[in-house]
Amino acid sequence: MKQKGKHYFADKDIQVILGTLLRVGVIASMVVVFIGGVIYLSGYSREIIDYSVFNPSKTKYSSILAIFQGLSVLEGKAIIQFGTLLLIFTPVTRVVFSIFGFLIERDYLYVLIGLFVLCVILISLSNKLVG
Amino acid sequence: MIVDSIFVSMSVLLFTIIVLAGAFLAGLVGSLTGLGGGVIIIPLLTLVLGVDIHYAIGASIVSVIATSSGSAAAYVKEGITNIRIGMFLEIATTISAVIGAVITVYINPSYIAVIFGCILLFSAAMMVRKKVDHSDDKTTGVLANFFKLNGSYPTAGGTVKYGVHNVVGGFVMMFVAGIISGLLGIGSGALKVVAMDNIMRLPFKVSTTTSNFMMGVTAAASAIVYLHRGQIDPGIAMPVTLGVLTGATVGSKLLVKTNTDKLKVIFAVVVTFLALQMIYNGLAGKL
Repeated sequence: MKQKGKHYFADKDIQVILGTLLRVGVIASMVVVFIGGVIYLSGYSREIIDYSVFNPSKTKYSSILAIFQGLSVLEGKAIIQFGTLLLIFTPVTRVVFSIFGFLIERDYLYVLIGLFVLCVILISLSNKLVG
Repeated sequence: MIVDSIFVSMSVLLFTIIVLAGAFLAGLVGSLTGLGGGVIIIPLLTLVLGVDIHYAIGASIVSVIATSSGSAAAYVKEGITNIRIGMFLEIATTISAVIGAVITVYINPSYIAVIFGCILLFSAAMMVRKKVDHSDDKTTGVLANFFKLNGSYPTAGGTVKYGVHNVVGGFVMMFVAGIISGLLGIGSGALKVVAMDNIMRLPFKVSTTTSNFMMGVTAAASAIVYLHRGQIDPGIAMPVTLGVLTGATVGSKLLVKTNTDKLKVIFAVVVTFLALQMIYNGLAGKL
């Protein structure tokens, strides 16, 4: 019974940390996307859009490297993409934190499950999957 | 999509404003009805604005991460979310979301539109259907005990315990939900509810919050594939994400003091119409 009580408190702490992490991640990434959006609109607002046909070669910032290169010259589109990256990595960071939480609780089964989920996401980072 | 609409030659500014407004409405209604923003923004972008469905999917998945992480942040702190169930089912949803995102370019866009329409019809039906709580406190499932999935959650009348049933069935259904999510760029909440409410027999509050908790990771797995493929265009993703998230935030504030039953019926009609449009355009090869 004592062990159960301990579990509950550790779980509660983890929940508060995870909640804060998610909130901060979403707010931070949205601020970055907004700033990027303002810079993008101030430069391109009169241009004509063309999204009628999907053309993979047209999107300049489609890799993490390219986004950081664009970021260094304060390109609006690159800043938006950087915000999107921050957003994508918010739930991924959540998985990392959950793994630590389960490690503290010595719940090794769930440490393994968490690591597995993390591996799947790392595999998705491989360019070969794009096709 | 080849369109003959007035939107063919639109400036970046006008496009951004229209998408921002549309995404706001999508997020607002999506959060009030529980349908999610993605299922509304994709028909808007493709049917109304003539955007290629691959771009629409990429933008939508980003908005799914934003809204699900935003609401999960609030739920997690309340202690209703079952983090173990979430993590366990994420094994299924992340693998299948990556598979869905990988195969989506090999499928004819017309078929994607038809599949999307069908999922939309299903979601509309799920929205108006009367929900029945199947949960109980029988914690005898072997797998549920092995994976420590049974749990409890706080209510006004004290802590309520619940048991988890048919873990294998739920896992398989989640795999299907993940494929659909990766394929179409939506959260596929309707399918996740089938897995959690009907198959695993979780209490409503637990299933809704846990499904939300998982959605972010699931969407992130496929979003990375989309990003590398160039499907996430900053010019579309920016107004979609900002609009949907703002709309969903306003919606969740209104939700506390509004009765949404009538809204759901009206909205089911709208969604059915959109679904038929998507299916028709898909079959006619217009998307």
